[in-house]
Amino acid sequence: MNKQISGIYILWKREVIRFFRAKSRVIGTLGMPFFFLLILGSGFGPAYQAQSGGGNYMDLLTPGIIGMVLLFSSIFSGIRVLMDREFGFLKEIMVAPISRTSIMLGITLGGMTTSTIQAILFLGVSLLVGVHLNLYGLPAALLFMFLISASFVALGIAIASKMEDMHGFQLITNFLIMPLFLLSGALFPLENLGAWQFITFLDPLTYGVDGLRVTLTNAPGMPLWLDFTVLAGFCVVCILTGAFLFSQRE
Amino acid sequence: MTNVIETNKLTRKFNGFTAVDSVNLQIKEGELFGLLGPNGAGKTTTLSMLSTILKPTSGTAEVNGFDVDTQQDEVRNSIGIVFQDPSLDDELTAYENLDFHGMIYGMPADERKQRIKEVIELVDLSEKINMQVKKFSGGMKRRLEIARGLIHHPKVLFLDEPTLGLDPQTRRNIWDHIIEMNKSEKVTVVLTTHYMEEADSLCERVAVIDHGKIIALDTPEKLKHSIGGDIISLEADPGLLPHLKKIKNIKKIKNMNGEMNISAEDAEHVIPIIFDIAQKNKLEIHSISLRHPTLEDVFLQLTGKSIREEKAGVLDRFRTRIRSRNR
Repeated sequence: MNKQISGIYILWKREVIRFFRAKSRVIGTLGMPFFFLLILGSGFGPAYQAQSGGGNYMDLLTPGIIGMVLLFSSIFSGIRVLMDREFGFLKEIMVAPISRTSIMLGITLGGMTTSTIQAILFLGVSLLVGVHLNLYGLPAALLFMFLISASFVALGIAIASKMEDMHGFQLITNFLIMPLFLLSGALFPLENLGAWQFITFLDPLTYGVDGLRVTLTNAPGMPLWLDFTVLAGFCVVCILTGAFLFSQRE
Repeated sequence: MTNVIETNKLTRKFNGFTAVDSVNLQIKEGELFGLLGPNGAGKTTTLSMLSTILKPTSGTAEVNGFDVDTQQDEVRNSIGIVFQDPSLDDELTAYENLDFHGMIYGMPADERKQRIKEVIELVDLSEKINMQVKKFSGGMKRRLEIARGLIHHPKVLFLDEPTLGLDPQTRRNIWDHIIEMNKSEKVTVVLTTHYMEEADSLCERVAVIDHGKIIALDTPEKLKHSIGGDIISLEADPGLLPHLKKIKNIKKIKNMNGEMNISAEDAEHVIPIIFDIAQKNKLEIHSISLRHPTLEDVFLQLTGKSIREEKAGVLDRFRTRIRSRNR
């Protein structure tokens, strides 16, 4: 048991070391969400203000972009297992005397940590550019961040376990990540979709973004218990699937 | 001496293709043992089964008394592996790579620290310990991988093509390190190679493997001996031939238009005798040369083909390219 825990710990530590080692990567990962916030925020701001009767679009957008940061970085850190396979390091991990489940948990915890750090960094940046956030809601928001990132790292590992190489990568970006992102209500109020709105309830990220928005901006949304329950359920399913598929590989 | 590895009819099939075919091996404690064969002969597959990466299709294997199929964790705890392809994390430093290994094998902190110091000294990388591995040369990476394989005090260290893709000088350096750690760590070393010289100068015993079967197993000396001693090539007056046949140590003579290929034991002492006879009978010798048989000759005799003849497939070429990129 001790051995499993020290294995999980070092796998987590490796992800964190690698994350902080490349300073340019830390800054790079903040670039895209920052531009999203500034450009979309100022471009759509007036239209949103007019439509909603005085609402602040930046405030609506920020929790959505936090969700985006979590989604992208988590899935990618799960899929990075493929890179480890390509560069041979996965073998070193696989022949170690710890279980596949521990390996999967270690990678998940590592990805969860680095994704959440990125989300927090972005949250800090958004405060600097004048977004209004309710910082008392941060502890509850953190819980949602952990759930979102754990789910999608595990999903990334599950996908990576089924892929032979990086060739299918584009497919995943286009047909999994983008729909998850666009349908989550990260960029606009979901009511605007009208009859299409029901699809968004099938997107687990919808509940994550809603949870973040309610806790961080006090905006009206779905009840938090519902967001939490759906997301926690999704998280458990992803982790179980990821652990199963990962341990299937020879 | 006890056996640390014993296999019984170990077999692995891939979709009907038999990669390893009923292999029986006994490897002794402390031995430096080599599996020699061309690409695709089944060396890596054998190693993968012994190190629990692949499950045998049939047959059994025991490593340090543990069954590779039913006692995976025990086997893994007692072995170290250096893979054919590099398997270090380039972003981490040498120390971090070693520390990762020690932790994932569950070693306590102080023991880990002490041991990392020992193994890094063993491969002469103490000064580079805090350098990121991506700045290492190919030979340094290999040495670091060997050090890493030793951290958790394995009883057996598996090395899969330890010097593949390295230049001759670096190769010799790696050999020295392998011999040294075999002695000082008292660890049994099992390596695969398709380099004749490597098997010859490094290994105490060599198993020659081809098409998944072991076709010969002995010390390099005895293997080379088995094909009938040294080879003397002689260009001389054909009248010498009947005299040569009387020399005791000469086993076989092939005569091709005055050019004679002679298999002889202890050939260094046969050559003066040949000169004596030639002088006494006033027969002329135009040229003479002596060649000791290599494992290449052994392989040629056993299989009728040369190890080097094997053409690398597209996949192998691609792997080599990837490898050189990563080194």
